[in-house]
Amino acid sequence: MAGPGNSRGFQGVFTPLRYWLLLPSWLVVGFFMVAPVLIMLVYSFLTKEFRGGVIWEFTLAAYDQFFLDRGLFGDEPPKIEWTYIGIFWRSVWQAGLATVLCLLIGFPTAYYIATRPPATRNIWVFLVTIPYWVNLLIRTVSMKFLIRDNGPINEWLLSAGLIAEPIHLINTPVAVQLGLFYSYLPFMVLPIYAAIERFDFSLCEAAADLYAGRWFALWHIIIPNVRPGIVAGCILVFIPSLGAFLAPDLLGGAKNFMIGSLIEEQFKGTAGNWPFGAAASMILLSVVLVVLFFNARNRATQTSGAGH
Amino acid sequence: MKKAILTCLTAAGLALGAGPALSAGKLSVYHWFEYIPQELLDKFAAEHDVEVTMDTYDSNEALLAALKGGKLGSYDVAVPGDYMVEILAKEGMLDTIAAGELANKGNILPQWADVSFDPGRMHSIPYQWGSTSFTVSRDAYQGDIRTTDMLFNPPAELSGKINVLDSQGELLALASIHLGIEQCSNDKEKLKQLNALVQGAKEHWASFISDGAKDVLVSGEAAVGMIWNGFSAKARGENAALEYSYPKEGYLVWMDNVVLLKDAPNRENALKFMDFLLEPENAAAVTNFAQYTAGVGGVDDLLDAELKASPELNPPADAPAGQFVQVCEEATQVLYDAIWTNLKK
Amino acid sequence: MARKTDIRHYQGFLPMTVLCMVLLYGPLIIVMVYSFNDSLSITRWGGFSLRWYYDVFFGLEAPKFQKAAFNSFSIATMAAITSTTIAVAAAVGMIRGGQFRAKTASFALISLPLMVPEIVTAVATLIFFTTIGFTAGYATILVAHIVFCIPFAYLPIAARLEGIENIYEEAAMDLYASRAQAFFQVLMPLMLPGIISGFLLAFVISLDDFIITNFVKGAGIETLPTAIFGAVKQGIKPNIMAISTLLLLLSFVFVTLSWFAGRMGSKNP
Repeated sequence: MAGPGNSRGFQGVFTPLRYWLLLPSWLVVGFFMVAPVLIMLVYSFLTKEFRGGVIWEFTLAAYDQFFLDRGLFGDEPPKIEWTYIGIFWRSVWQAGLATVLCLLIGFPTAYYIATRPPATRNIWVFLVTIPYWVNLLIRTVSMKFLIRDNGPINEWLLSAGLIAEPIHLINTPVAVQLGLFYSYLPFMVLPIYAAIERFDFSLCEAAADLYAGRWFALWHIIIPNVRPGIVAGCILVFIPSLGAFLAPDLLGGAKNFMIGSLIEEQFKGTAGNWPFGAAASMILLSVVLVVLFFNARNRATQTSGAGH
Repeated sequence: MKKAILTCLTAAGLALGAGPALSAGKLSVYHWFEYIPQELLDKFAAEHDVEVTMDTYDSNEALLAALKGGKLGSYDVAVPGDYMVEILAKEGMLDTIAAGELANKGNILPQWADVSFDPGRMHSIPYQWGSTSFTVSRDAYQGDIRTTDMLFNPPAELSGKINVLDSQGELLALASIHLGIEQCSNDKEKLKQLNALVQGAKEHWASFISDGAKDVLVSGEAAVGMIWNGFSAKARGENAALEYSYPKEGYLVWMDNVVLLKDAPNRENALKFMDFLLEPENAAAVTNFAQYTAGVGGVDDLLDAELKASPELNPPADAPAGQFVQVCEEATQVLYDAIWTNLKK
Repeated sequence: MARKTDIRHYQGFLPMTVLCMVLLYGPLIIVMVYSFNDSLSITRWGGFSLRWYYDVFFGLEAPKFQKAAFNSFSIATMAAITSTTIAVAAAVGMIRGGQFRAKTASFALISLPLMVPEIVTAVATLIFFTTIGFTAGYATILVAHIVFCIPFAYLPIAARLEGIENIYEEAAMDLYASRAQAFFQVLMPLMLPGIISGFLLAFVISLDDFIITNFVKGAGIETLPTAIFGAVKQGIKPNIMAISTLLLLLSFVFVTLSWFAGRMGSKNP
């Protein structure tokens, strides 16, 4: 690290202070993020009081409600409860589809931008960055406005005589999908762009000299090399989509529930079942941690593989 | 970095200091959405030199959940419906108004002065009363709409174009009326019927929206919408094809009441606000805005002529009397809660 | 690169890019256009008018939105300053700290708020504040914002610092500067573009947040997103479009600022 004639040996200037410098972030994140998640874990094992509120008595009732169906009045032998698993599955599916759609549009865009000459490239990046900074709520609301039964798109199509009936999109899963895709598209473009921009295109030229086709080069040379960017983009789209609240709430009505709306309902809505909400949050967090864990392990094996 | 921290602290000090201290007092209101004109709040603020803040909720159950979830002690007054007043009182969440604390208590109309949900009006004063049923777009459907079938067993062409209120008490009570089951029945067979009814009807419902109940009808997103009568009148003002129904099977009536919450941070101002709302002039302003009916005397002459004649406020002669939502025993309520959870999931 | 056919060129990528731009901008532009609509009914065009902008600043609901805007901006400013300060310290500790045992764990901790879904953070924070008996209000929003802004501030700062060789601070120390001088007079000016980017990003993220704010806000406290959400639930009204357009322009200003901060960086070492 340090130069040879350095009086501090191999220590950097700020190395001795590193723990002090990191202390504020440890404290703040530890106290206001890690501790709350642990308390939430405790909460998921507490008893719900009649009419809301919690009693500090240990119970598995929240997880029982999530996974087991004991009949309407709780007096039947337990079966597996598919409803909440179904909501989770639907959310994973919607988030996955949004990720794929964002990738399909986002990769060509990122690639196109990254291969422009520097001057125009900057303008394109600027254009992608702006929506990224625009309030998510505003973007969701504008999507809602656009696709409503009497929104501009339907009005134009109707007045142009292209359709006889308004296209009904709002309060359908398609509308939620559209909202998710639209919300998180810039999250896909930017990391992929960053990866392609760093990519050394002389590799492609070498391949071309060896008569490799263009699409062959894309598939076998470019994509493997920019994979970290693609993976980062996918994670940045998938995780927020999975826990999304605004898109399902504003575009999906109350029927196209996703995990986010299910959890919100327990705290802000009429359900008032905090332990169940905490349990659902813990399950969501576990799903996300599993995804991140596999990503990290994947990356670790790749790096070690590259080292051999 | 020290400078940055100092700047931060200064900014914090400024921001925290700049918020309050503009008015002598405060009043924190927890109210239904779109239920009080801003002018009226401004008028109260000016008359009493009080800074009024208001948060809103969209169902009695959401109000209960919020208060249970730690919001009790942050608000001075709330506006629960009849049955929720009874529940909040049972839960010990209401403060008692001592005799003589409200100068205008005498303005309350005799029929609302002593009510079963708050005997002797110990905790509450009337705000507005009205009915809950549903509204149909006549553009979408021309047949007979005076039946609860419109919500629970709709004609095929309306299926999937129905919005219901996200309100457990009202929706399950209306469903009970449709089936002819008495409220708070604990007969499990009847409750299974009720469950089957709402589960079956759910197929026809597009959404559970309360705060947007007017908007979905006006915009045509829904052709049928469960709604309150005054809100429906406002909807008709924006879309003339909307017609409110008084079904032959029956419908719900309710009264919303301003209650004094326990641990109110500004109890004095809360009482002033309640007195203010008991003034006929101010009660009339609410009625003209929300288009329901006031529970205070001397209001009639101050109402818009159009409002008095509105079809939403004047049930047809052959309409049955409306029912109030009833408060059930805990053991029974647990069963209704199960039906609701089952419906919403 | 001067080949007849550029190996880097793919047919069809330009249309996709154009499609992407249309998708990104279409809804925003339409909302902007309709914010100038004179008609009360939001979908019928009734001529050009600035009445909704007048309404935003002087209308009946103006005080409510102004208060919400004040809350939003004051919270965003404080949250961004605090989280940027924490992030600068953390970045120096991480990047200039050499190899140490807690390094991976520290990075995981700092990026945790980015990894946990927002709704989970919101739930956990609400339960936490309720459990320790902290009354929800302005302060709860501020604390929650500081926490989740840390990784957003950290990433650009750390990226910038990684690109600065440590010869500068070494040289300063060799010239008998104190550590504080080496940092404030040498290293920090070099890091400034990253710090500005991090600050702006944290600011916008705080301004943007709805879910967490909605969970932890106290009685009578609204930020712009929660106020807009409350209004939108009852139907999209033209004044909301005017507010949205103003916020859009603000985002545009911020991106431009951040852009110039980046530019400033590319000229320095």
